[in-house]
Amino acid sequence: MQEIEERLLCEISRKGRRAIDLEPIDSNHNRLGVDERQSIGLPELSEPQVLRHFVRLSQQNYSIDANFYPLGSCTMKHNPRQNEKFSRFSGFLNLHPLQPVSTAQGALSLMYELKRWLSELTGLPGVSLNPAAGAHGELAGMMVIHKAHEMRGRQRKVVLVPDSAHGTNPATAAMCGYTIKTIPSTKQGLVDMDLFKASLNDDTAAFMLTNPSTCGIFDPKVKEIADLLHENGAYFYCDGANFNAIAGKIRPADFGVDVMHINLHKTFSTPHGGGGPGSGPIVVTAELDPYLPVPNVVKTGGAYQLVNEDEKSIGRLKSFQGHFGMFTRALSYMLGHGADGIRRASEDAVLSANYIRASLNDLYHEPFPGNCMHECLLNDRHQRDAGITTMDIAKTLIEHGFHPMTVFFPLVVKNAMLIEPTESEPKETLDDFIGAMRQIAEDVKLGDVEKLKKNPISTPRRRVDEVKAVRDLKVTW
Amino acid sequence: MEAEIKENLKYTKDHEWVEVVGDIVTIGITDYAQSSIGDLVYVELPEVGGSFDQGADLVIVESCKAASDVYAPISGEVVEVNNAVVESPGTVNTAPYADGWLVKVKAADVSQIDTLMNAAEYKEHAAE
Repeated sequence: MQEIEERLLCEISRKGRRAIDLEPIDSNHNRLGVDERQSIGLPELSEPQVLRHFVRLSQQNYSIDANFYPLGSCTMKHNPRQNEKFSRFSGFLNLHPLQPVSTAQGALSLMYELKRWLSELTGLPGVSLNPAAGAHGELAGMMVIHKAHEMRGRQRKVVLVPDSAHGTNPATAAMCGYTIKTIPSTKQGLVDMDLFKASLNDDTAAFMLTNPSTCGIFDPKVKEIADLLHENGAYFYCDGANFNAIAGKIRPADFGVDVMHINLHKTFSTPHGGGGPGSGPIVVTAELDPYLPVPNVVKTGGAYQLVNEDEKSIGRLKSFQGHFGMFTRALSYMLGHGADGIRRASEDAVLSANYIRASLNDLYHEPFPGNCMHECLLNDRHQRDAGITTMDIAKTLIEHGFHPMTVFFPLVVKNAMLIEPTESEPKETLDDFIGAMRQIAEDVKLGDVEKLKKNPISTPRRRVDEVKAVRDLKVTW
Repeated sequence: MEAEIKENLKYTKDHEWVEVVGDIVTIGITDYAQSSIGDLVYVELPEVGGSFDQGADLVIVESCKAASDVYAPISGEVVEVNNAVVESPGTVNTAPYADGWLVKVKAADVSQIDTLMNAAEYKEHAAE
């Protein structure tokens, strides 16, 4: 690919250039009560200039629609086109969030149905669809836990978080006013039960665990962890980012989860990574249900209503009802798969990850040997002595036409490579990827180090000096 | 390249080094730690005068890979911080045991030093 410097719209702006569109409406009055319309100094360009600018930028992008995207922990699965069809039904597409509830019964029934599916799949009766994405779901969930302790009459101080957690977990707990206590992992990548027990006391508000973990391992002690938490009056928050490994197989409620967020944009195939907003509903136990955020959809008689205020609720976290467009897509995915299909998707995701693991673990080091769940964790231990790191391997994958895996995460493994193939990919794609990874390992063995260190060479941008970018940050042009 | 370990220092399992002069201890991160984290882009130091218990979060160091906490190797009060590393975090990478030091603490109980590792013990720990 030729290296083209795409100039900013501001740089190619010339006074007076414009395109033709529908006539502006006569009235300048809008709902916010603002009457004035003033110039805000946008660049002035012709239509083809604008079009070409954005098309060229989009051609520099890599997307799940173009090729395999095994970014671990992100679940870049295919976004089924059936979802897109449903979300474009005019009754959904042209809804206005302020239109009367009586005219939006179909949309509310869709939300109600989605809540029922999430409740059924997790075994947890309380559901809120409001949170905008995963970390927002975490915030909602931890605020619910905070509220529950408050209502019990004594706030607690500490939230326990394993060292393999997503960084958003401790950040969320800190935002809720809690102190974080990190629980180190064992050599098997699991929660260290002795350290966990030693850290648990009547000041523990909650434990935030991702299960299966970011190491791609289902913690076999998870029920014991939940029981210990409950005996101590603490809550079990499960980060549901990896729910796609177990959906339809096991219900989180059955291993003692009190609160969990679900990434509709991961497990339930709604677009993300630049393709659309996320959506992070939370599910909770009956005990915690009264504290869920508002608004909430309820069914009374044959009609659906929105509950906008509730005394016990933590309140409103998001404008209107959340990302409704994602609800249509997620429910479409659920109905398209059915219960057996969702189970099968989880099984295939796990099978794909293990196929990759078993096809690469002779050339790449496996920090936690044995079967994995939906993602496989490797690192660069066998390549390091040759001077090749995880970053070089990731950058070289680009030259082979693949998006790199997640690198340097989870932090508990040095120079981690976290590969999540998802259930979307046919075996042929997995074989191509495995072939590329094996080729890279062979090239390292053959001493082709300097070449690998230069990759990628065929992209619009080569290696970016990330350190300089951060140290000498420039946010203006 | 093998990470450098200084003979005359004490070490923690979280890869901090400690130099003791009287009851003043100088704290930094080891060569192994800086090479694992990668080029630092940000360092957040505590306020002079702040008190910390052994094991508490003392400093934050951040690279393009990750943000990491540096824990207080012993309890005490911060008497001096190395503001130069805030301006140029790369100094921690280039001279972790010298100009890249982070904090000086007046120890509350110097005997806590005995809970730390010597160079040989740390070498074994870092090799794990």
